[in-house]
Amino acid sequence: MTEPGLAIEARGLLKHFREVAALDRFDLAVPYGTVHGLLGPNGAGKTTAVRVLTTLLDADDGEARVAGVDVARDAQEVRRRIGLAGQYAAVDEILTGRQNLELFGRLFHIGGRRAKSRATELLERFDLTDAADKGVKQYSGGMRRRLDLAASMILAPQVLFLDEPTTGLDPRGRNEVWDAIRALVTGGTTVLLTTQYLEEADQLSDQVTVIDRGRTVATGTPAELKGAVGGDQIEVVAAPGTDLDRVVEAFAGVASDAPEVATELRTVTAPVADRVAALTAIAGRLQADGVAVEDISLRRPTLDDVFLRLTGHRADEPDQPTDQPADQPTDRATEEVVR
Amino acid sequence: MTTTTALPTTDLTPERRSSGWWAVSDCAAMVRRGLLYYRREPTMILWQLGFPIVSVLLFVYVFGSAMEVGGGADYTTYAMPGMFAMTMAFGFMNTAYIMVVDKEKGVTDRFRSMPMARSAVVSGRGVGDLIGATIDLAVLALIAVAVGWRSEGGPLDTAYAFFLLLLLRFALIWIGIYIAMFVPGQEQAGNLFAIAFPFGMLSSVFTPPSLMPDWLGFIAMWNPVSSTANAIRELFGNPVPTGDSWIEQHAMEMALVWPLLITAFFLPLAVRKYQRLSK
Repeated sequence: MTEPGLAIEARGLLKHFREVAALDRFDLAVPYGTVHGLLGPNGAGKTTAVRVLTTLLDADDGEARVAGVDVARDAQEVRRRIGLAGQYAAVDEILTGRQNLELFGRLFHIGGRRAKSRATELLERFDLTDAADKGVKQYSGGMRRRLDLAASMILAPQVLFLDEPTTGLDPRGRNEVWDAIRALVTGGTTVLLTTQYLEEADQLSDQVTVIDRGRTVATGTPAELKGAVGGDQIEVVAAPGTDLDRVVEAFAGVASDAPEVATELRTVTAPVADRVAALTAIAGRLQADGVAVEDISLRRPTLDDVFLRLTGHRADEPDQPTDQPADQPTDRATEEVVR
Repeated sequence: MTTTTALPTTDLTPERRSSGWWAVSDCAAMVRRGLLYYRREPTMILWQLGFPIVSVLLFVYVFGSAMEVGGGADYTTYAMPGMFAMTMAFGFMNTAYIMVVDKEKGVTDRFRSMPMARSAVVSGRGVGDLIGATIDLAVLALIAVAVGWRSEGGPLDTAYAFFLLLLLRFALIWIGIYIAMFVPGQEQAGNLFAIAFPFGMLSSVFTPPSLMPDWLGFIAMWNPVSSTANAIRELFGNPVPTGDSWIEQHAMEMALVWPLLITAFFLPLAVRKYQRLSK
């Protein structure tokens, strides 16, 4: 099944925990030198997928190759070619940053002397030199994750797995980690990044795979996925007491699809082709008709919209099975606030 | 990042050695980690020895005058070897605790995602804890000497007594590792005291089982900790009132047999449980 140029290749991965299918025929293809976002809500199977690909967990069925090596047949060789960081691969909190990296260096079999010089190198590269000889307990969340990243980079791996690298960090810590990841990517490392933050996938990834209930739901560039949801949208928030039908009328002939009305939120939303012309036209009509509005905004589809469209629920909702067909947008779509 | 992302200047080609060599070298790296803990947090020893030390003070100075163990033995002389054995018995909690923390924090997963020798996590824990137990025993022995305890046995017998203590601790490492695989997190690890307490104290550590109610005395006699405690009392030449039951008469042999049985049973269980983490 080897396809040249693929750093990660998974086909039909299946993993059951008792009755629950954590991975239900999961597929993934990641070319070398790219950053791939694996996007899904809690419980979608992201972590299980990473654990199988990093040899921590045996799949029940299916095949996976990482850096050209079969994870089931030659796990030890896979381990020589990968790095793992994030939620489930951590550092020793009692040791210092330097002691951690030296320990892992030895265990990567580069020998004590080279483990020391590599540790110094990585501490500098991840801006941890000042804190190198402090206990990890004293590190901030962002520093800890950067040390974690450094530990996963000891052998300069071909493929790096980052499992929710910023979960639980404050915005500052998140930015620190993002910068560190971007720097790695410039160095040519292939990265598989799992996240439940759409913004993170959007910011860092070349390609995104959406996973839901253990299954691959869609793959594409962030732009492609957003394009699939439809282009730009115009959203009008009516003033209290305004007849929403009159707002809908203003969209006539301008919207490229029937406007959606959310009565409780007093919003009317519709996709438009030419955003500036449409905005001008709608605003003009509303004014001419004397319709009171609170807000008019032009919004571009976010990965949130993509996620909702593909899975029938939002990314930050727990993954509850619903009877709703996945491609049926719910009225929640219109709750989206302009960013 | 402000710094350059240029190629690493350190040569990262892994060394080529046999898998046996790596099993030893990786185990050594893990042991080193365990020893760094003592250097990073020297108070760790005090925590581990806190209970035995408080017990020494309580039993020797507070209750000691009221304790009558029979046979005209001085209570300090009776209780000190018991304290050594109890400390070894409690040691499995230290093993379990570190394993649980590693598992909970994801350190175990990092090790498992690395190309290190598979055996090193378990073997490194074993060797490291044995070294830790030696440090614990040395500190405790100094305290014992300070409160007036002496080994009346010859140097060889005394050394053999300490060997038996470490053998008990060694056997319990595997129970500690095995239990750790079932403990979900640090908080629950604290509850291990509920096992450690009766295991350590329902024995001949503080009082001879012959002075207990029959059924309790029977359990205490057959407790592996009692066999070790009785055997070392004899080796230290400390006068011991020994019961005449079979198990008490064969403390010397049982101080070897118990740890070997425990190891034979729990070592494979612990290793298999660890390997099955990937299922």
